[in-house]
Amino acid sequence: MSLGPSLSRRTLLGMSGGLAAGAFVSSRRARAASALEIGFLYVGARDDYGYNQAHAEGAAAVKAMPGVKVLEEERIPETIDVVKSMDSMIELDDAALLFPTSFGYYNPFVLQEARKYPKVQFRHCGGLWTEKDPKNAGSYFGYIDECQYLSGIVAGHVSKSKKLGFVAAKPIPQVLRNINAFTLGAQRVDATITTTVIFTGDWSLPVKEAEATNALADQGIDVVTCHVDSPKVTIQTAEGRGLYTCGYHVDQAPLAPKGYLTGAEWNWATVYRGFVADRQAGKPLANFVRGGLREGIVKTSPYGAMVPAAARAQADAVKAKLVAGDYVIFKGPVADNTGKEVIAAGVDHGQTDLWLEKMDWLAAGVIGKT
Amino acid sequence: MLSFTLALGAPTPTRRRWFGRLAEAWALPLLALTAALVAFGAFIAAFGVNPLAAAALIWRGAFGTWFSLQNTLQKAAPLLLTGLAMALPARAGLMIIGGEGALVIGGLACAVIGPALAGFADSAGGALMAQTLMLACGMAAGALWLMIPGALRHWRGVNETISSLLLNTIAIAVLNQLVEGPLRDPMSLNKPSTTPLSPALMLGHVPGLSVHVGLAFGLILCIGAGVLMQRTSFGFATGINGGNPRAAQMVGIDVGRLILIACALAGACAGLAGATEVAAVQGSATASLAAGYGYSGILVAFLARHNPFAIIPVAVLLGGIAASDGLLQRHLDLPDATVAVLQGFVFIAVLAAETFSGRLRLWRGGRRDG
Repeated sequence: MSLGPSLSRRTLLGMSGGLAAGAFVSSRRARAASALEIGFLYVGARDDYGYNQAHAEGAAAVKAMPGVKVLEEERIPETIDVVKSMDSMIELDDAALLFPTSFGYYNPFVLQEARKYPKVQFRHCGGLWTEKDPKNAGSYFGYIDECQYLSGIVAGHVSKSKKLGFVAAKPIPQVLRNINAFTLGAQRVDATITTTVIFTGDWSLPVKEAEATNALADQGIDVVTCHVDSPKVTIQTAEGRGLYTCGYHVDQAPLAPKGYLTGAEWNWATVYRGFVADRQAGKPLANFVRGGLREGIVKTSPYGAMVPAAARAQADAVKAKLVAGDYVIFKGPVADNTGKEVIAAGVDHGQTDLWLEKMDWLAAGVIGKT
Repeated sequence: MLSFTLALGAPTPTRRRWFGRLAEAWALPLLALTAALVAFGAFIAAFGVNPLAAAALIWRGAFGTWFSLQNTLQKAAPLLLTGLAMALPARAGLMIIGGEGALVIGGLACAVIGPALAGFADSAGGALMAQTLMLACGMAAGALWLMIPGALRHWRGVNETISSLLLNTIAIAVLNQLVEGPLRDPMSLNKPSTTPLSPALMLGHVPGLSVHVGLAFGLILCIGAGVLMQRTSFGFATGINGGNPRAAQMVGIDVGRLILIACALAGACAGLAGATEVAAVQGSATASLAAGYGYSGILVAFLARHNPFAIIPVAVLLGGIAASDGLLQRHLDLPDATVAVLQGFVFIAVLAAETFSGRLRLWRGGRRDG
């Protein structure tokens, strides 16, 4: 069998022959002379009605700023692929500021890249930047549990069965915090309300998300929300089953005109425009950015027409306090769903408390296991 | 016909046949690639994108600069090993598509043994020994994993394609269960992972390149497997079994042993890919281990017609297509799926071209012999 070596040479020649026409065109390196090049990296599709779309909407807000050029890449796995995409944005284009937006990009990949390219700024969504990490890296995140709490209040008013449902990806701190905030919000309306949570196991499993939503509907649950990368399947399935829904990441009202109550949305435009403006002004970029409703990093979807006035009034009152910065969601006493007290009476865990970012419990009234 | 060619003083039949085969081995895939590129050009032209501009970007992103070439090689590295995982059993007549599972199990084994070897990290010799041991564990685990479908096939008559596919699902479930449960590093908050390897135990780059050593492993194993399959009696026996298992039994080949060895070698290759993913890229086992390299390897092996030597150029070609993805997205605003379309065209064209195998000589004035 002498085909092997000849096959290899032929394939390479084929590739080079087929593309030779393009080769000389590409030797001209397109550089935007003065524009600040900013790269956005997404783990999923930019139009996923979810996590990635929220970031892409932020990127779109940056595009509208003068003197910038936005580079976007979607569906980049949390492997060496993200390293190579960052390299490529820096080496082949001239990206000076990168926003790798998926949790799993941070350690080790963003940290490695920050050490490798000290002149490029990296700001990562969801990571926990600490003093020992490179100074040209940083992390940002939003207290979206504030909006989940407000969704919970609305859900508590609307639910007739007093049984809420939550489709979640993984039992990690950020997800648990949302489940707990949603439940605590609903229990403000009626302390007997329960939230049944189903973990699908991963961020994007459309079939399991649909199955989970149907399973919740079958149990007589009448309001459903979720924390997965794209709420599209959950919201649409719930709408089809005649349930009320609370959205997540972005506004899903167009997907569920009959049942969409409100939702917890990101407002990344605030964060991105802030970083870019600082960079353009030559100011140092913050390394650790966190914020909620008060800072405008998160927002709520407009109420659906079916949301009663009492629900709106209570949610708006709490929202006003959150915006003013004098409301604590995780306020003792709080017990977990095994009966153990996790926050003692009189203890407040305000939003900036890093203890909350290590959450590993489900509040009393949540039916499910971490 | 034979006498006719001899009468004209043409090359001897043997020589003529060899020449015809060689010409066909070059011409068929070359034509297929050209057809795929033309079809792809038409496809993106239909979306209003200039195909020449896209071709130029693909060239620049894949091979046009030193950076791009290294990027391509990096993307090709795991495909070399997972391609072998498909190709080796295929030579023996087994369609095993369990590369993804063997990769995951190999990576998991490496991540389990790695932290236990942290004590060796102090001296260079000790680190090398520990690294060797980690990789060997990954290979052994992968080998054992793929011996399962081989054994089920040989002794129980279970379809190996189905069983290996299902084993992938099991492997990923085992990975997720362990990473989020007993093996979870408590410090890994929002991205569950195992305890990270000591930095001194991480594998480095191929000297002179910014590509990790997985590339060297892949090249060495492809060449080694090529020699094994084409130049040894084991390879010859494998080929006989692949062509006709009954004939293999008739001539006294120990088919069971042969199948198990082929599966073990395949699993070892995929396991090494997984161990490299842990020891050179991720530093720990996470859900990102199942990144689809095993499935891409199936494509690579089929395009290479299960020829280990041919896996090298095919992996580089597919690596190049993947490497150009970012530029297409960033500069032409094309979605990520664009390169998947190109890959699909290449795959279909090459497979379709194979149906012309042995017929192309008609226009060379020869005839189809045998």
